[in-house]
Amino acid sequence: MKKAITLTVNGITQRHEVEPRLLLVHYLRDVLGLTGTHVGCETSICGACTVLLDGQSAKSCTVFAVQAEGCQVTTIEGMAVGGQLHPVQEGFWEKHGLQCGYCTPGMIMAAAQLLARHPDPADDEIRHGLEGNLCRCTGYQHIVDAVRYAAGKMKAASGD
Amino acid sequence: MVPTQFDYLTPATLDEALALLQQHADDAKILAGGHSLIPAMKLRLAQPAVLIDIGRIRDLAYIREEGGEIRIGAMTTHFQIEASDRLREICPILPEAAAQIGDAQVRNRGTLGGSLAHADPAADWPAVMIALKAEVVAVGGSGERVIAADDFFVDMLTTALEAGEILREIRIPAPAGRYGQAYVKAAQPASGFAVVGVAVHLVRDANDACESLSVGITGVASKAYRAAGVEAALVGTSLDEQAIASAAATAADGVTINGDIYASESYRTHLAQVYTRRAVQAATARAK
Amino acid sequence: MSDRFVGKSVKRTEDPRLIQGLGHYVDDVKLADTLTVAFLRSMYAHARITSIDASEAAHAPGVVAVYTGKDVAQKVGPVPCASAGAIPGLRIPDYRVLATDHVVFVGQPVAVVVATDRYAARDAIDLIMVDYEELPAAVDLEAAAGTGPAIYEAYGDNIAYKLTAGEGDIDAALKGADHVITQRIVHQRLAPVAMEPRGVLARYLPGEQELTLWSSTQIPHLLRTQIALMLGMPENKLRVITPEVGGGFGSKLNVYAEEALLGWISMQLGKPVKWIETRRENMQATIHGRGQVGTLEVGYNNDGTLTGLRWNVLADMGAYMQLLTPAIPTLTGLMLSGCYKIPAIQINITGVFTNKVATDAYRGAGRPEATYVVERALDLVAAELGMDTVDVRRKNFPKPDEFPFKTATGLFYDSGNYEAALDKALGIADYKALREAQRQARDEGRLIGIGVSTYVEICALGPSQAMPAGGWESATVRIEPTGKVTVLTGASPHGQGQETSFAQIVADQLGVDLNDIAVIHGDTSIVQYGIGTFGSRATAVGGTAVYMAVEKLIEKARQIAAHMLGVDAASVAFNEGKFSKVAARAASAAASTEVPEPMLPAGQAPAGAIPEPEDDGKKVSIQDVALAAHLAREIPPGMEPGLSATHFFEPTNFTFPFGTHIAVVEVDRETGAIEFQRYVAVDDCGKVINPMLVDGQVHGGIVQSIGQALYEEVVYDDQGQLLTGTLMDYALPKAAMIPRMELDRTETPSPVNPMGVKGVGEAGTIGATPAIVNAVVDALAPLGVRHIDMPLKPEKIWQIVNQQS
Repeated sequence: MKKAITLTVNGITQRHEVEPRLLLVHYLRDVLGLTGTHVGCETSICGACTVLLDGQSAKSCTVFAVQAEGCQVTTIEGMAVGGQLHPVQEGFWEKHGLQCGYCTPGMIMAAAQLLARHPDPADDEIRHGLEGNLCRCTGYQHIVDAVRYAAGKMKAASGD
Repeated sequence: MVPTQFDYLTPATLDEALALLQQHADDAKILAGGHSLIPAMKLRLAQPAVLIDIGRIRDLAYIREEGGEIRIGAMTTHFQIEASDRLREICPILPEAAAQIGDAQVRNRGTLGGSLAHADPAADWPAVMIALKAEVVAVGGSGERVIAADDFFVDMLTTALEAGEILREIRIPAPAGRYGQAYVKAAQPASGFAVVGVAVHLVRDANDACESLSVGITGVASKAYRAAGVEAALVGTSLDEQAIASAAATAADGVTINGDIYASESYRTHLAQVYTRRAVQAATARAK
Repeated sequence: MSDRFVGKSVKRTEDPRLIQGLGHYVDDVKLADTLTVAFLRSMYAHARITSIDASEAAHAPGVVAVYTGKDVAQKVGPVPCASAGAIPGLRIPDYRVLATDHVVFVGQPVAVVVATDRYAARDAIDLIMVDYEELPAAVDLEAAAGTGPAIYEAYGDNIAYKLTAGEGDIDAALKGADHVITQRIVHQRLAPVAMEPRGVLARYLPGEQELTLWSSTQIPHLLRTQIALMLGMPENKLRVITPEVGGGFGSKLNVYAEEALLGWISMQLGKPVKWIETRRENMQATIHGRGQVGTLEVGYNNDGTLTGLRWNVLADMGAYMQLLTPAIPTLTGLMLSGCYKIPAIQINITGVFTNKVATDAYRGAGRPEATYVVERALDLVAAELGMDTVDVRRKNFPKPDEFPFKTATGLFYDSGNYEAALDKALGIADYKALREAQRQARDEGRLIGIGVSTYVEICALGPSQAMPAGGWESATVRIEPTGKVTVLTGASPHGQGQETSFAQIVADQLGVDLNDIAVIHGDTSIVQYGIGTFGSRATAVGGTAVYMAVEKLIEKARQIAAHMLGVDAASVAFNEGKFSKVAARAASAAASTEVPEPMLPAGQAPAGAIPEPEDDGKKVSIQDVALAAHLAREIPPGMEPGLSATHFFEPTNFTFPFGTHIAVVEVDRETGAIEFQRYVAVDDCGKVINPMLVDGQVHGGIVQSIGQALYEEVVYDDQGQLLTGTLMDYALPKAAMIPRMELDRTETPSPVNPMGVKGVGEAGTIGATPAIVNAVVDALAPLGVRHIDMPLKPEKIWQIVNQQS
């Protein structure tokens, strides 16, 4: 029954034998101990489990670990590089884009994908780009500000 | 959050997938993007013993122009359609509708073929496929067959696909002439599915009259349907406001309307009429 | 006390771990050999259990144990209700952690499987066979209150309690009024939906006979006490740890069956056991909020003066009592005066049992209901009189010099300046221009509405006399030998940011760096007993306890510093973290906490006011004092070593924040869809510690209000099946549904605590809902509409427009 999978998570190659019904989110949390990716619903709505799968945002509760065979997975733990926060992480800190923090990792991953596709988004684009992520604490306004902050930061860094 | 146990198979070719499907018959489900099937499995509403993942088969995700048609591979994701500049040029309703499906994460994983084969009565694509008079290419043990979108959706979660068949490709006649398109939708606020979704493709002749009109409606009945009455009422007219309004009033005629906690039958009927009018108006304005 | 941090938008110290995915919520705490627990829950709203066969499940692979009601029910005490004794004649059903023979709502725990992993546990649930004999369900609140069948035969009906409260002669007030308006008003049931569902990890150590519960709760100490009682174990052998808590909104201000049961199971098996709630379980079996249906009567005179207000209300208890279930409607009664002078007020509450999960505190907890009733009443009065809604409000405000203001609900509002907040909000919104634009839009046939809500809320819960289990809060502050500051607070924040805001307070008091302070909470073995975080109390009560503890600590440090400086303590001043010798008059001023700081740049003294310090160059830092206190060689003879102080702060009153919210909406006449054009809020929560955090609280509260006003509603069908059981059906507001909110503040300090803080956690949920509904009703006013019940779903609006036009 178990399947062998090989995939890269935050730059590190992982090989494990897993049951096919193991969801990617449980693989990350229970097998790899990467508990920054959260579970907030069962129906692919809340987005707390968002990771990047080959660079694209995905709800890891709606992907079986076996489907990620050969993929590059980035989780929230892989966003800061060499102690340097990702601009989106920085934005969330700077603009108070989080309160309880539970939706935050998924929100940050979704925002990173949004900025990769739209480097200079308007407020509306940010709000629509985050439709797949629910936050019950912030009312979203500081999250929008955080994403805008990150966009500015990334633009400055790219020398535009 | 815990599906029942299943066997997971990863055919490398379509032929292999068909052989596996034949072998496991009723126990098996095809896994495409998984964004309809996996949620159902997590709630144990679907309990397949075997999952045949066609995600590893090469060349099922593509957008091509061939023989006067737009051909889209079954595993093409909503996002690939949404982001296609070429489609924005030659068939803009496809990216327009794709952008209204679910959310960014869902669009990255969910596929056109998977959505059509699942045939959720509130999904967006079925209405668009009907409006575009698309055809679905199904491949089975005895070869390929082509099914018109109008015949493909049979009932709630039921399509014309036979046991042992896999949806391989979607073919859309390349829009030509002075055409205009629109997909407008009233979204259910929690799920994002269509309470009502109306897709329109129309062509105007040199005198601005309506040469042809095709209207697909989703969310309203147990399956997406063609609003034939609306079409008949408007072909040949000048698509003036009055004509559009009175034609749109027939948008839900002759179908059994869904009612739920978000929209009763009468409100859905009303929305179908309003959104049909708005979609036809938008398409008319775009037919330059 | 310096002002380096308080009042500034300091970035949160909590955030670095949370934005990197390094925080630990309950499910992130991993212990070796932990078993997984899964629940079998009732699929019926009301039924007798005729048999349960768990034998197949018990023998399934990976299953360690299966328990049903008969194994557990009499070994674990009933789920507690804190209102026992507080409400005369209150009926509290004997609700056990697992059902035995009678299930009363969909989602009630019936059996539990313990297994080696989540797969084995979940698979085994499907193998338990339960036979039910379905009984008629009491679902509709008004029907359940009537002659329908009783859920509990022994009671004979579904009435949980009846309570009347209020002051003044309400009958005379209504009779004597020029006019009386009567309006039925519904507060629909809501699901709190904290993004982190509940979860419990229990570990019993048989050798030590110690049980540790990691639980996603707002009240670690109260939970410890109650679980100890339920399990019959010594409270000092039970430890409750709340790791990160992913939102609560009142839903984790409770003592749940699962928390006690997990503890009991761990004691049976001698192993750690974990249960993490699924979202479907959360929708079914975590408390709901609101759930009131009532009739408003408001009496008023021709000039708009209010004479009396009565709220006759049926309150949906659900099928049993959780911790505060029956107390919530009583909070509604307290706040029925709103921010107005109303001479006579009465609430008549009938608590009603229904076959649904219990209601309890959801952000605002009874106060949004009151504010909504009052604010709708004001708009009804304005509409009847043809007055501007703002003018009616102004007419009935108490003036700033009338505080403390006594209401006919028995409260004393501490401080307020309602007109100032109203005027500021009207100015930001440009109210006159809005009304003019509305007139023009109406001429074009568009439906634009402007909604105003002027609210007051009750915070800082509260004086212990008015609380079921103590209303104080505790703090211990100590300075370690290395000079680092440790703050232990009995408050238990879960997103509010008190690790930061408490540190801001302490840093200013002690003159130390923010990074040298650690705020520790949520572990009953480390932190002294506390009450918890709810009722917008953490800063006003918990923060004050911290402030007072620091003041005590400074006084001890001053004695030590004086000893070190070789002078009298009365001549030692403490400034920016340093003790130094000053002239006598200055020292007495500096030593007093009652005298405000001179508002001058650091290092400057006001000419002619306080004499210059006699600076002989000798200073000792608070860190020097801390080390000395621990080495204990240089402290005054007879003094206790160490540098630590504890304060239990008992507030003398609640606090009463207030404000004005203004919503501007446009209604799509054709579809009934509602779109925001503006949202303006001016809130006054007293002294502000961290403006950025306050804004965040207000934003979040407003959006939960938007949820209630427009989208959210728990729906059960006639059989008591939950139709909104997932986030596919229960609509939470998403980013794209929300307007950009324009916030501002006025700052009226509270006299109740030395910092003047009031609390802000629930302001948005209280002030915003009526503003939004008032706006939509105002939009439809040309059609003769005076009231619409929430949620204002497009279909409802469409029907109204359809009927009226």
